Amino acid sequence: MTKFNDEQLKEFNRLVARYPEGKQKSALLPVLHLAQDSFGGWLSAETMDYVAELLNITPIEVYEVATFYSMYNLKPVGKYLFEVCQTGPCMVNGCDDIIEYIGTKLGIKPGETTADGMFTLKTVECLGACGYAPMMQMGKHYKEHLTKEKVDAIIDECRKNAAANN
Amino acid sequence: MGVKLLLEKAHVPGIRYFETYRKEGGYRAVEKALKQMDPASIVEEVKKSGLRGRGGAGFPAGMKWSFIAKPEGVPRHLVCNADESEPGTFKDRYLMEFIPHLLIEGLIVSSFALGSNDTYIYIRGEYAWIVDILEQAIEEAKANGFLGKNILGTGFDCNIYVQRGAGAYICGEETALIESLEGKRGNPRIKPPFPAIEGLWRRPTVVNNVETLAAVVPIINMGGDEYAKIGVGRSTGTKLISACGNINKPGVYEIDMTISVEEFIYSDEYCGGIANGKRLKACIPGGSSVPILPANLLLKTAKGETRYMNYESLSDGGFATGSMMGSGGFIVLDEDQCIVKNTYTLARFYRHESCGQCSPCREGTGWMEKILKNIDTGKGKMSDIDLLWDIQRKIEGNTICPLGDAAAWPVAAAIRHFRDEFEWHVNHPEEAQKRNYGLAHYADPIHVPA
Repeated sequence: MTKFNDEQLKEFNRLVARYPEGKQKSALLPVLHLAQDSFGGWLSAETMDYVAELLNITPIEVYEVATFYSMYNLKPVGKYLFEVCQTGPCMVNGCDDIIEYIGTKLGIKPGETTADGMFTLKTVECLGACGYAPMMQMGKHYKEHLTKEKVDAIIDECRKNAAANN
Repeated sequence: MGVKLLLEKAHVPGIRYFETYRKEGGYRAVEKALKQMDPASIVEEVKKSGLRGRGGAGFPAGMKWSFIAKPEGVPRHLVCNADESEPGTFKDRYLMEFIPHLLIEGLIVSSFALGSNDTYIYIRGEYAWIVDILEQAIEEAKANGFLGKNILGTGFDCNIYVQRGAGAYICGEETALIESLEGKRGNPRIKPPFPAIEGLWRRPTVVNNVETLAAVVPIINMGGDEYAKIGVGRSTGTKLISACGNINKPGVYEIDMTISVEEFIYSDEYCGGIANGKRLKACIPGGSSVPILPANLLLKTAKGETRYMNYESLSDGGFATGSMMGSGGFIVLDEDQCIVKNTYTLARFYRHESCGQCSPCREGTGWMEKILKNIDTGKGKMSDIDLLWDIQRKIEGNTICPLGDAAAWPVAAAIRHFRDEFEWHVNHPEEAQKRNYGLAHYADPIHVPA
């Protein structure tokens, strides 16, 4: 059963307390981020229904928001999500080569996850790092000035971290 | 070196923290505004400064503030737009990351001026690590009596909250931002009523860009009249420019708006010239939605006069031969760049980001992306170019919010100035897959009829 633990509930309460009485729906976007981070990196229907219940709104109000914003994953993703920018300024600086290189190295196409559930590759639109292109988002942080060598190092590090945590 | 009002201290070690920021003269504007001024006189100083909205539209900030309704017993809100998403733009990120207290200080003064006791920063969801930086700055300001209840004993209460978006360019549009802040899809609202009358939770609301609110700090410190002396004409103060593309020194630069475009691109103080010894082909000077200009129209206006980095000069010639200052996202393309491919990626961006509410934008952006992809991949027809022109015209001005215009303008300008490159793609579909069109005549001086 999907439920926030005490620490997550504390964060939930902090988020809701920012808005006036009766306007708790305003906390929906931040709460969905919290839910996604808490429950495996994606939002299942069960998770969304739970969020609706917590905020005292209807499930459809959650679904329509979750489907609108690109940062919410509506299906499972790998342990490490590579979101590579492909808009103009990154294109000018060779993002196509980087996307192809990551895809070939991991044996997946954009939108796919490796069979071991370790990596998901996604192409995204402008993330506001145009001066430091090509770039990708990985979790909370940006990886910028990407080169093939840098991609190799990032993938190695992910594998090492995953092995250490097992 | 030009005047720096926002980033002068951005590289002082430790400036991200309250103690250093305060030691460097920070929070003087809050003391001055809350203890020596009243809200009306702050609005007056901002009006006198000539500060224009730094998010892209360039609307006079003081005038926007003066529109806020003040019905009895209804709370008002200030909302900071940190949803920076226009391709080519990364200046607000820089400011928030390196000198977050400048934004917090600007927000406190502005909240006092507008009577906002609960102020929100709406930040794009991808800037997740900056949320932590801002929340820490807010906590520090609170611990030092600059936020919270009864600030500096003046009786003014103010809280600032940071809300993360979740990946939607459209939420940079102020009414879409408000919808999103209310926990809904980012569908822009029909105006009127404007947010100043009915905004967040139907209460009077002002939405301002990060850089605009940060600029309130120097305006209060030096006075609106002094601020207005910097720059030229109606382009007062300083502007942050985020420069990217094929240049030697991409990054964020603070300029006073008197320097020429040529100096900005070629001087070592700024972009440091075109990378790899290449030649300049084109530039999108104010974020991806503003018209692209070929080199010859970028450095000089159609009249042959020097073009400057300010609102008036960049738009000189209208859309026929000029562009816009926009958000300050300065994208430089060298001779090896393909205009068709670049336009295609931007069209794809706008199709992806259209909220889907208005048919001209929802359908038109999809069509434009598809046609441009065909031309780029050698499957285009000559009639496609006219069809593209027709579609962009039918989007522009026919949508609730300016995203329609933002999607139409880059396509229109690319065809207006680079039609021969589009035709070459259609006529040489195979060759166009192997090499790019090159510089052509785009860097030659414009012939001006006598």
